[in-house]
Amino acid sequence: MRQRPLERLGYALMVLVAIIVVAPILAVIGIIVAQGLPAISWEFLAKMPYDGMKAGGIFPAIVGTLLLTLGTAVAAIPVGVGGAIYLAEYARDTTLTRAVRLAIVNLAGIPSVVYGLFGLGMFVLFLDLGTSIVAGSLTLGIMTLPVVISTAEEALRAVPREFRTVSASLGGTKWQSIRNVVLPQALPGIITGIILGLLRAAGETAPILFTVAAFYLPSLPHSPMDQVMALPYHLYVVSTQVPGMPIEIQYGTALVLLALVLSMNTIATLLRSHYRRRRSW
Amino acid sequence: MVAKIKLDRISYSYGDHHALRNVTLDVPERAITSFFGPAQSGKTTLLRLINRLNDQVENTHMSGTVLLGGEDVYAPNVHVPSLRRRVGMVFALPLPLPGTIRDNIVYGPRLAGIRDRERLDALVVQSLQRAALWDEVKERLDRPASELSGGQQQRLCIARSLALEPEVLLLDEPTSGLDPVSTSLVEQSLIELKKQYTIIIVPHNIQQAARISDYTAFFLMGELVEHGPASRVFTTPEDHRTEEYITGRFG
Repeated sequence: MRQRPLERLGYALMVLVAIIVVAPILAVIGIIVAQGLPAISWEFLAKMPYDGMKAGGIFPAIVGTLLLTLGTAVAAIPVGVGGAIYLAEYARDTTLTRAVRLAIVNLAGIPSVVYGLFGLGMFVLFLDLGTSIVAGSLTLGIMTLPVVISTAEEALRAVPREFRTVSASLGGTKWQSIRNVVLPQALPGIITGIILGLLRAAGETAPILFTVAAFYLPSLPHSPMDQVMALPYHLYVVSTQVPGMPIEIQYGTALVLLALVLSMNTIATLLRSHYRRRRSW
Repeated sequence: MVAKIKLDRISYSYGDHHALRNVTLDVPERAITSFFGPAQSGKTTLLRLINRLNDQVENTHMSGTVLLGGEDVYAPNVHVPSLRRRVGMVFALPLPLPGTIRDNIVYGPRLAGIRDRERLDALVVQSLQRAALWDEVKERLDRPASELSGGQQQRLCIARSLALEPEVLLLDEPTSGLDPVSTSLVEQSLIELKKQYTIIIVPHNIQQAARISDYTAFFLMGELVEHGPASRVFTTPEDHRTEEYITGRFG
């Protein structure tokens, strides 16, 4: 009988913990929405800025972030998914593959500002790409690689081995089995991993600081070698570097970035649960 | 009897485990041969050596030859996917591929390069008929294969292998998950199929082997103890171990 109050206490603690976990997220979203919503308007979202950024819109920053996200996808997906397929399906357990896995794990732990400096040295200066969308995308792409490779490899490994055996017994080569059976089954997990990787890249400031971002550009980019404005960097600058910046613009920018990231996350989650239901095992 | 498959002094081990010791056996064409014996006797391993499904397993050692229609299956220039189209395999658990019934049947032929729609359609009808499944699914070829019952799925797997028009069909305990009615349907179709194909089956139990095999081989701990026409082996076995296993003295 003494268990009853103890159970109640335990349950109450769990609820409390759940609230503690959820509350900050709600608070962050709540504050940013409350402060930033007044700034949101068609002009804000779709027009160019003027008056030293104190008026007008953040359209170029939105475009820049979208372009960089696209560039990161191009840089990270082929190498990432290809690498995952190799590690999951072809690689034998040798010292070399173990070294590769160790490298991937370490890559994931490198601070983003270090990526930024690497990008500066390697892409901007050494390869002479200059501060450009290309340099920024490559830097963000390398940063995203570990996430893409890890989730893609896990998704591939999750496909039951029997599918490969059946395909082989029907005369399929290894690649045919992967392309026709394993990869389609693993695709939902792979896509989720890609989207999560990309949304991290979309929100990063440090890597783009040295490699692509500009505070104020008079026009939209014409080529991949151009610099570009980006939301995270823009947010940093309008919040700290410009005296007299109206506060709605700061929160408005934050709101746009938050909305972008949250919607990508929601899409990823919806995709994942949709495909979970349709799985064949 | 004409031997479709000749196994000559096959020994096979993985790691420290000797799965097969010095197995020599002829498998006659257009007949049902069963490999029976207690668990871990090497029956499944032997089966998988014939269509080289064990190629991907690491750390193995093999000696001896496997001849299919007179050709060495392990010769260096053998194209293994083509081999597997000549020697089909059905596994113990029904494993439909994701997709429709039709997708499952045409999977093998499409990988082999057959694209002609009419030919594929004909293969679908023919294979399902030979696997005694056509009547039950002809109205719903575009439904997911997962909707079928266990017994139907297993016959689908047989049809899937037949769609490649193989010469040999290997079946590893094909009815172990099935109810008696489905088992009977599968056995009936095998008896029909043996007129055209060479069939090797690892039976679910001795009774199944006695029901459908023409020839049989008894395996114990990796060794081929005895083999011969099923009618003789099951009634008057030559080796005492065979007799003890058949009468249930050990399992």
